Amino acid sequence: MVDKSLELFDCGHRACGGCGPALAARLILKGAGADSIVVASTGCMEVFSTPYPETAWKVPWIHSLFENASAVASGIEASLKRQGRTEKVLCICGDGATFDIGMLCISGAFERGHDITYICYDNEAYMNTGVQRSGATPYDASTTTSPAGKESFGNKRPKKDMPQILAAHGAPYVATASVAYPNDLMQKVERAVETPGPCYLQIHAPCSTGWGFEGGKTMEIGKLAIQTGLWVNFEMVDGEIAKAKKVVRKPVDEYLMAQKRFRHLFKPARNEEEIAKIQAIADTNAEKYGIDIELKK
Amino acid sequence: MMEIMEGSHAVAEAVKRCRPEVVSAYPITPQTHIVERLAEFVADGEMESDYLTVDSEFSALSACVGASAAGSRVYSSTSSQGLILMAEVCFNASGMRLPIVMSIANRALGAPLSIWNDQQDSIAMRDSGWFQLYAEDVQELVDYHFLSYRVAEDHNILLPGFVCFDGFILSHTYEPVDIPDQETVDAYLPVFDPYQKLDANDPISMGMYATPDYYMEFRYELDRAMERAAGAIEDAGRAFGEHFGREYGSLVEAYRMDDADTALVAMGSICGTVKDAVDEMRDAGRKVGLLKLRSFRPFPQAEVARALDGVAAVAVLDKNISPGMAMKGAVGLEVRDALWKTGIDVYSYVIGLGGRDVRKKDIAAVADLAESGRGDMFYGLREELI
Ligand SMILES: Cc1ncc(C[n+]2csc(CCOP(=O)(O)OP(=O)(O)O)c2C)c(N)n1
Ligand code: SF4
Ligand SMILES: [Mg+2]
Repeated sequence: MVDKSLELFDCGHRACGGCGPALAARLILKGAGADSIVVASTGCMEVFSTPYPETAWKVPWIHSLFENASAVASGIEASLKRQGRTEKVLCICGDGATFDIGMLCISGAFERGHDITYICYDNEAYMNTGVQRSGATPYDASTTTSPAGKESFGNKRPKKDMPQILAAHGAPYVATASVAYPNDLMQKVERAVETPGPCYLQIHAPCSTGWGFEGGKTMEIGKLAIQTGLWVNFEMVDGEIAKAKKVVRKPVDEYLMAQKRFRHLFKPARNEEEIAKIQAIADTNAEKYGIDIELKK
Repeated sequence: MMEIMEGSHAVAEAVKRCRPEVVSAYPITPQTHIVERLAEFVADGEMESDYLTVDSEFSALSACVGASAAGSRVYSSTSSQGLILMAEVCFNASGMRLPIVMSIANRALGAPLSIWNDQQDSIAMRDSGWFQLYAEDVQELVDYHFLSYRVAEDHNILLPGFVCFDGFILSHTYEPVDIPDQETVDAYLPVFDPYQKLDANDPISMGMYATPDYYMEFRYELDRAMERAAGAIEDAGRAFGEHFGREYGSLVEAYRMDDADTALVAMGSICGTVKDAVDEMRDAGRKVGLLKLRSFRPFPQAEVARALDGVAAVAVLDKNISPGMAMKGAVGLEVRDALWKTGIDVYSYVIGLGGRDVRKKDIAAVADLAESGRGDMFYGLREELI
């Protein structure tokens, strides 16, 4: 059972107001519990939570490099096993660290079958270095390396399907969650750490600064992503989709309009063609995961 | 008991007796026989370690970082491209003061691809904050492993270290070697006692980020630890003599240096050839000696200055090249620095790159060049290819 009163991620860290990843860290530790060791990657969360000599982490925490958290975690797990210790080993890493530069180490760690839980807090770009695109950046989002311009509508490629990639490694439990649904998130963390073997959790973590919205709207944005079908909360057990959160879907417009990273799709004029492409991504998601609630006529 | 054994297998025997809890390595010529033999030990239950067959050298050393931080003695081994792939992790491990020991089968770096020996790989990692010992023969190679763990894990040091040895020349040759028994090793090398570790009962944060207000002092402390390591290596080397009957009480070894006018300076297996060449030159009436460096980091500056005091010329044999540096060889530069203001001429000779053979007559020719005041150059080039 998740102990919701547990506070293992302390206040006083340096995140922006309304930072989704900061909320994710707090919720993850409630789900994982005190008997955990956290491995971090270089990125916003590492920087805002551990400016030496202060730390927000009340569990053992280590940061080595941007791209090697899963390999570091492999070593920790092997060491704990030899020592007969029982702490849970968690990676908590950004999407850049996960989707892009850390792929080699992640693939190796999952293939070797270490008993680790790898959690990606997905704020959909390299925020720490100033909002550059990553393999997790959604289609058409404007970032500093995929800027919208006269010849560009922003990021040219859709988001990489990391959950599928890790499920294909034979991960027993793969799930997505959102900071906008805290109970679901905490339960999934608990399930992941209790499932033996390498498990993967990808958490939608809206970034007020990088996405361009008021810090008070984090939960609202997170919910809209789910309600539009642009983010799906699901669970995969042994490679099969076991559960997905059903919604009465809204058109994608409301989600897009709420964020500056998609502003170019509405100004100076509404870009019907591009918005239709994004709607098609949501429709495909809805079909793939079966999330649509049929309304009674 | 003396046995005839391949260098790599002797390393594996030594590592087994160091009892690392976690071994994590990736195969690369000429290091492979070490990791294969270790895998056999684990498979046969002769070694109680977790052996991680990782996806790359980068992951190999990263896993060592994790296991060391969690409180285990760890081991890895690599060469050449593998070491350079680990470069980022190397700096990180020393920054976190993790006492990892890694054997480096020295090999050239591509391009062009070469599997043969020189020392460019570990010398390129000069500033990574690892101590670096260089073995002349298989016996030293074995012994340096016990010594390195003892130094690395010393709470007054806490530095990772390389045990460097020339690829093929030592890794693949059979030599008589004494592999100490487990009890003797255990008496010399105590059970790993981590200075601090990741532990849910006593949470700490490791590898935090430091602002300009804090960063420099971390580097200062790292440098100070490296300075202390010189004394720690000597102490561990003397204690080694008490336990094993072989002494390594100095970071340098002088061979026929008394009254020498010309000194050759070298590291690694080439020292064997140089000793033979020195003997021949001595027989011919030339006053030549060898100063062997056991340690490149920490660099034994005072010992080098003392040992070379009074010679007329110094020839440093550099199995590496720093392109664009006037002196050419990295070891030469250090020796020249050690003799700064003494007026002694120090020259570097880039020699034996990519496995090019170095013979006794080449050593004599280098001594000639130094005596005639010519150096800071490649030696042994095939002129017809240039
Ligand atoms: C090898 C390496 N390349 C690049 C960087 C620079 N860098 C630091 S954090 C970062 C982006 C992190 O992105 P992400 O993982 O998504 O985390 P976020 O900052 O968004 O939370 C980059 C590119 C680095 N530290 N190391
Ligand atoms: S930039 Fe985004 S992820 Fe980084 S601290 Fe600010 S809100 Fe959080
Ligand atoms: Mg990110």
